[in-house]
Order: sequence, then structure tokens, then C-alpha cells
Amino acid sequence: MEIDLSQFSQVFFEESLEGLDAMESELLNLDVNNPDDEAINTIFRAAHSIKGGSATFGFSQVANYTHLLETLLDEIRDGRRQMTSEHQDILLLSVDLLRNMFDALMRKIDFDDPLLAQLEKQFTMELEKGTQGSETAEVDSSSEITTEQEASGLLLWSIDFQAGIDILRCGNDPYLMFNELRQLGELSVNLAEHTSPEFNDIDPEACYLNWQLELITDQPLERLKEVFEWVEDECTINFSSNPLINENQDDELSNIESTQGTITQELQGSEAVQADIESNGADETKTSNQGSKPKAVSQAKTPETSSIRVSIDKIDLLINMVGELVITQAMLGQIGQQEKIDEESLISLKQGLEQLATHTRDLQESVMQIRMLPISFAFNRFPRLVRDIGQQLGKKVNLVLKGEDTELDKTVMEKIVDPMVHLVRNSLDHGLETPEERLAKGKSEVGTITLNAFHQGGSIIIEIIDDGAGLDTDRILNKAREKGLVGLEEELSTEAIHKLIFKPGFSTADSVSDLSGRGVGMDVVRRNINELNGSIELKSTQDKGSRFTIRLPLTLAILDGQLVRVGQHIYVVPLVSIHESLQVEPSKINRLSDGHELIQLRNEYLPVIKVYQEFCHTSDAREIKDGLVMVVDSNNEKIGLLVDELLSQQQVVIKSLEDNYNRVPGVSGATILGDGTVALIIDVTGLVSMAGITNMKEHAA
Amino acid sequence: MTEQIQNEQPQHDHGIKQDNDEDSQQYLTFIMANEEYGVEILSVQEIRGWESTTVIPNAPSHVKGVINLRGTIVPIIDLRQRFGIEVLDYGATTVVIVVKVAIANEHKVIGIVVDAVSDVFSVNNDDVREAPNFGEGTDLSFIKGLTNASDKMVILLDINMLLGSEVLPEAEQLSNLINTLDAPQQQVVNA
Repeated sequence: MEIDLSQFSQVFFEESLEGLDAMESELLNLDVNNPDDEAINTIFRAAHSIKGGSATFGFSQVANYTHLLETLLDEIRDGRRQMTSEHQDILLLSVDLLRNMFDALMRKIDFDDPLLAQLEKQFTMELEKGTQGSETAEVDSSSEITTEQEASGLLLWSIDFQAGIDILRCGNDPYLMFNELRQLGELSVNLAEHTSPEFNDIDPEACYLNWQLELITDQPLERLKEVFEWVEDECTINFSSNPLINENQDDELSNIESTQGTITQELQGSEAVQADIESNGADETKTSNQGSKPKAVSQAKTPETSSIRVSIDKIDLLINMVGELVITQAMLGQIGQQEKIDEESLISLKQGLEQLATHTRDLQESVMQIRMLPISFAFNRFPRLVRDIGQQLGKKVNLVLKGEDTELDKTVMEKIVDPMVHLVRNSLDHGLETPEERLAKGKSEVGTITLNAFHQGGSIIIEIIDDGAGLDTDRILNKAREKGLVGLEEELSTEAIHKLIFKPGFSTADSVSDLSGRGVGMDVVRRNINELNGSIELKSTQDKGSRFTIRLPLTLAILDGQLVRVGQHIYVVPLVSIHESLQVEPSKINRLSDGHELIQLRNEYLPVIKVYQEFCHTSDAREIKDGLVMVVDSNNEKIGLLVDELLSQQQVVIKSLEDNYNRVPGVSGATILGDGTVALIIDVTGLVSMAGITNMKEHAA
Repeated sequence: MTEQIQNEQPQHDHGIKQDNDEDSQQYLTFIMANEEYGVEILSVQEIRGWESTTVIPNAPSHVKGVINLRGTIVPIIDLRQRFGIEVLDYGATTVVIVVKVAIANEHKVIGIVVDAVSDVFSVNNDDVREAPNFGEGTDLSFIKGLTNASDKMVILLDINMLLGSEVLPEAEQLSNLINTLDAPQQQVVNA
């Protein structure tokens, strides 16, 4: 019976990626000099199940590669090999490589990365180096052969395969094994001498045959042995090999030595490649794809189904709630069927409706809960990132993770990771000093970066704290003056100077390094966070360190909104961005020469955007004095929005306009109101940039 | 060639053909400015009456706004305005045909406002003539072809191209086109 395995592959990918995550975190925590048995076992098990799974699904590239990992880990586990930091490095690189392999598999494109061959070679070399003391002769000979084979490429293998008499009874079919061998190279199968019993004594389920196989292949012995993995206990198999091209034999020995010489260089090379991939961050996948054929890339457009793993508790809760909802519905249905509604049934109707409201709210909350994942999913990548970049920069870093259990909506999590990576990278690069500098300042040699997450009201706060140098206000101010962002005579408060780093095109990095100064600045970080309806704040003290505070809504699906009327149109303004709303006295309105208007609010002058103008609507209030000004926050600056009327406040479910239409400037989405009509949600930041009043405050000052 | 086409004319019965083989497709036809247009029935999701929409700020004039279609936000496009034909007041027969289209590999649901819905025809693929070539500058990729149904010419639209393309012919070009298409068959073929 043919089973379509592809339906399970998604699950396999997820499990494998989880396995890789586990491997990575165990590897990072590992004390190389005194490795914990349990940790090694965890790493081994992850590699083992990835190997098994990928072989089942026919992902031979992954299977072959993880087999190497497994072999090495097995030897470490059995104490036959001492764990070294080289092992740790190569295993970590393998984790990255496997992630890329899975990425390619999921997009159904060919995986083609020179790193694979390099690491494979490294592994083979490492395995050849031999284990401690108790090596078997077989391992020895096989390693010799592998080296030889590496130099010359193709080998002629003679395989003496004496199948055990019970091989068929155990469900093993030599034919399938031969077929597998045939895929490795050119195979010829001959029946060897065998003893078969008298016809009457033949057991039809027994196997009396032996084979002599000849295979020309460039695959290592390990790979050949793998074919016979399941039957090696019951069969006798002897491998012997001859190089195919005899005249080159003399050269081969010298080749081997030179190969060994270059391996270390290649290792360095591969690390450079790795660093490149890391520093490119989000571009990572793109880079690795460039090698593959363009045709394959277009195939990658097959829709990616993303899935989520949910704890069974959450599902149980949901089922309970639906149960209660059904009961309430039945109760209301009964009342509905009554011919006459008396006072008594009116009371129970009211009760029923109240219950319904409670259940609906609970249900909504629990459904939202399903999308919630602990933030450790996002935090988990940082130990590795910090380790790699710290090494690269020669800085000693201790990473502290706090509040990893804090839950966050999956979509928010996916979008917040990139800005966080950027901030952590910045802290490492600009924030933390080198060990020498730290010692000179009387600080501990090892710097600390803390990632902290916690809930506050309806928001989640993520903090990125370092105890590094802090922001150099003088330098920032000079740079800003150079770029004309700040007037030469102008004096700014420390806070205002800190805000400057969020300006587009602002970078304090003197030279463009791998890590920073490539134009993806803090402005992009802030924009990304603003797009999530969040905000970012910065506190920094010179020589004490910096603290970035990101505040985000818990979910992107629901929003507390203020309904406002502009002419005949109803819009929703996110409640989080509203400071206050007020009617403005005509005396507090100033008109600038360029037509923009400012209002005086206490000691501040705020620019006002006339929403009806930006949206080309007609409206009741054409002048500021006739309408209401809503003071909103855009990029940490206050702006007034002129609207006609404030309506109710309510939670709204956010719907995408882009699904069926386009992105609309000034509008972040749509929602459906109680009466079934659609209302658009105002994107305050977008509206501000539409109105083009970013520099108005400077004009006013 | 000319003969062949003329001979095929009377084969179309009004209404749905019973023999629905692979060679024929069903089309929903609608009327707009006295012309009959057809869209593949498989792309039609539903037909609704006109209802007021929520206006999208700064949208082109043919985008009438968005409606709530059982929880989905669906944009509504006035096809008359899209073609630059004179706008009519929406009346009792004004309908919105909700279609599913594939634009740039994405499936979108869009409503189009037309004067009235006409009929459903089964059209044999062999009976679809290619739209005549109007020379350079007139992009007719949104016209799938022409066919005849109950002695009336039907312009079969490629809904994906129609709603996906940024540039559509202006009113003048379109009316020229329709006039030419309306002209006797022979002329069209010889053109």
C-alpha cells in the first residue's frame, strides 16, 4: 500500500526545527571541558530523530549529513571521543546548515550551499582522526579508505554479501537494498556460490543466496554501510575497495596531506560565510537561495502553511466554553419558542443574553490565547547571536533572559524579532565596551545584556538593557549638526538628543562595519514597532548603559478604538495613541506662513492635521475652532487631528484591507461595526507622513 | 473563413445547454450601457443588490468603497467608471457581481457594479472568436473573445486581466471598439 508521506512532512519539519533549536541551546549551554551526559544525549537524540525522519521521507541529503553528526555524537556519548570546542563549533554550524536545508525543503527548492561539502569534509576528517585508544581495526581501515577515496573520487567497491537464512522472514528485502546501492553509483550484482538444500527440504521463506556486488561510486563507506544497517546483525558483509584509476595512486598520498592542510583554512572560510549570513539577518534566506536556479525560486511561491502548536489545556478550555455556549443558546431558543413572553421569561431572557455576552467575551479571549506563545520562542535565538557576535568583536558578554514565559501573539512575535535582533546587535557593537575598556572604567570585564519581558496592562513590555558605555550625547549632537538635523546654535536636552538616533539616515557608526551602519537604522526599528501599534523608548546614562523599552499590544487582531466622525464617515483611532481631545479656542490657533496650523496646548505648540483634507472628504468642521482636536502620539511626538465628533469607544476586530484591495495610505485596516458596516482604522503615523508635517515643530520653535 | 463563422451563429440556444462537456464553459452575462458582457460563471461568487459602501480615502473614482461580506472586507468597483462610460444613478436593477480573481498570484474577492444581470449561457470554446486587433496602443487583453448568444454579441471578459490591469482603454477607445464589434460580422473579420 502506498502512503502519501508528504502529508506528514510539515509535522516532521516542525519537529526537526524544534529538535535543532534544542540542539542549539544545549550546545550553547554545554561546558566543553566537562560535558553533561544528559545534554549530549539530548543533542544526540535530536540528531538521531532528524536522521531517521528524513530517511523515511526520502530527504537523503539531510539524512546523510545528520548521519555524520550522529556518528560523532555517538562516539562522544560513549566516551570514545573527548568533546572539544571545535566539535561545539562544527555542530553549531551544522545546526545552521540543517536549518537552511529544511528551509530549502519546505520551499521545495534545491539546496546548494558550498558549506555543506565543507562541513561534510570536516566531519569526515574529524571522524578519521580516530577515537581515543580503543579503536577497532575496522574504523581504522575505513578511514584510510575514505581518505584515499576523497583524493581520487571514484572507487570500485567489492561487497561480499552473505545474506542470513532468516533475512526474508525479518521483512528485509535484498532487492530493495541493491536498488538503494544502485542509486549511489554503477552497480553489478552477481550471485555468489551458495548452498541450497535438496528441493524437498527447501523452506520457501528462507534465503539461501549469497551475492557478490561490485559498485563504482564516490560515496564514503559509511554511506554504503548505511544501506545494510538493518541487516548487519544477521548477515555477513565484507567491503573491500580498489581505486578506479590506478596510475594516480602515488599522487594520492601527497594529495591527502595537502587536503589536510587546507581543511583548517576552509574552516575559517566557512566561518566567514557564516558570519556573513548572520549579519545579513533577515536576508539570510535570500542569500542562501541565490545559488539555486531561478526556476526553482519561482516554485518557492507555493503557499506556505504556517501552523501553531497549542497546549491541550487551551483546547480543553475552549471546548468547555463552546459547550456552555451551546447550553445558553438552547436556553435562549426555548424562550424564543414560547408563544407569549411574560415578565418571568423576560427576566430569563435578559439573564440568557448576559450569559451569552460573558461566554462570547470568554470565547474571544480563549481563541486569542491560542495564538499566544511564550516569548522564549523569540528569546531563544539570542544566546547564539550574542555568542557569535561577541566572539567576532572580541567582547565578553553575559546574556540574561527574564520573563521568558510571558505570552505574546504569534504574529506580533514574528514581527518583533527583527527589531530586537537589531537592538541587541547594536548593544553589542556600540554599547558594550571591550574587556580592556571595561576594566579601565572599573567595571567587570564581562558585559551584561538583559532581555526582559513582562505584561503591563494590555501591553507587553520588552526591555533590552546593557551595562555598556551608554549613548555619547556630544557625538550624536555633533553628528546631527553635521547633517543639518539640528541647528548649530540650538541646545537640546539629553532626552531630545537621545531621540535623534531614531531619525532617518542617522548613524553614529564612523565606519560601515558588518554589524552596523548599513543604513538599516533605528528609524526602521521604530517604524516596524510603530507598524505594530507599539512604541519604543530609550533611557541611557553615560558609562552606565542603555535601556530600550518596547511597548507592544498583546495581539494584532483586536484593538481598543475610539470611533470618530469626519463628515459622514466613521473612522477608528487606536486608543493607545490618543492623549486627549479638546475644543480649541480661536486665540490658541496660529497659522504658519506655509498654510499649516498650530495649536497652543499648555506650553506646547502642536501641528494639526485636518483629517477631512487628507482624506478628501467633506466635513462639518472645516476650521480648527469648529471641530474637535484629538491629540495623538506619532513617533513620540504629539500631533493634533481635527475631527467632527467623538463617538463611542469599543474593542474592534482588525480586518485587513490588503487581502482584497490595496494598502491605503493613512489607513491601517478596517473593522466591522455593530450594525455590519465597515469602518476604517486610521494609521496615525501614516497620516502624519501623508500630511508632510514632520518638521513643523522645528519651524515653530 | 467568413462562411464558417456565419454558419455557427444559430447554434446557440438561449439558456443553459445540457451537454456540459469540457469544451464548453458557462458564462454569466450582464448588461452595461446596452452592451452584453460575459464572465466565466466559475469566477462568480454571488450576486448582490447595491448597498452603500464605506468610502476609501483618496481612492480612484471607480473604487466605490468597501463592504462587509460576512466578515470579509470586499472592495466594490464601478465598471462603468472603470471604462470611463457615463455614470448612471444606481437603481433597482443595479447589481454587484462578487467575483473571485487571481491578481499577481493572490486570490482576491472583488465586487463589480453593473447595470443589470442578463443570463447564463453555455458557450462552446470553438465558438469563441478572438477579439480583433486594433493595432498598437489598445490593450485588449481583458477581452477573452467574442461570441454570439441569442443573436446578440457577447463580449467575454477575462476577469483576472480586467481587474488586475492598471491600464484600461478610455471611454472613447472602448466605444469605438464596441461600435466596431457591433458592426456586421463580415467587417469585423475583414478588419
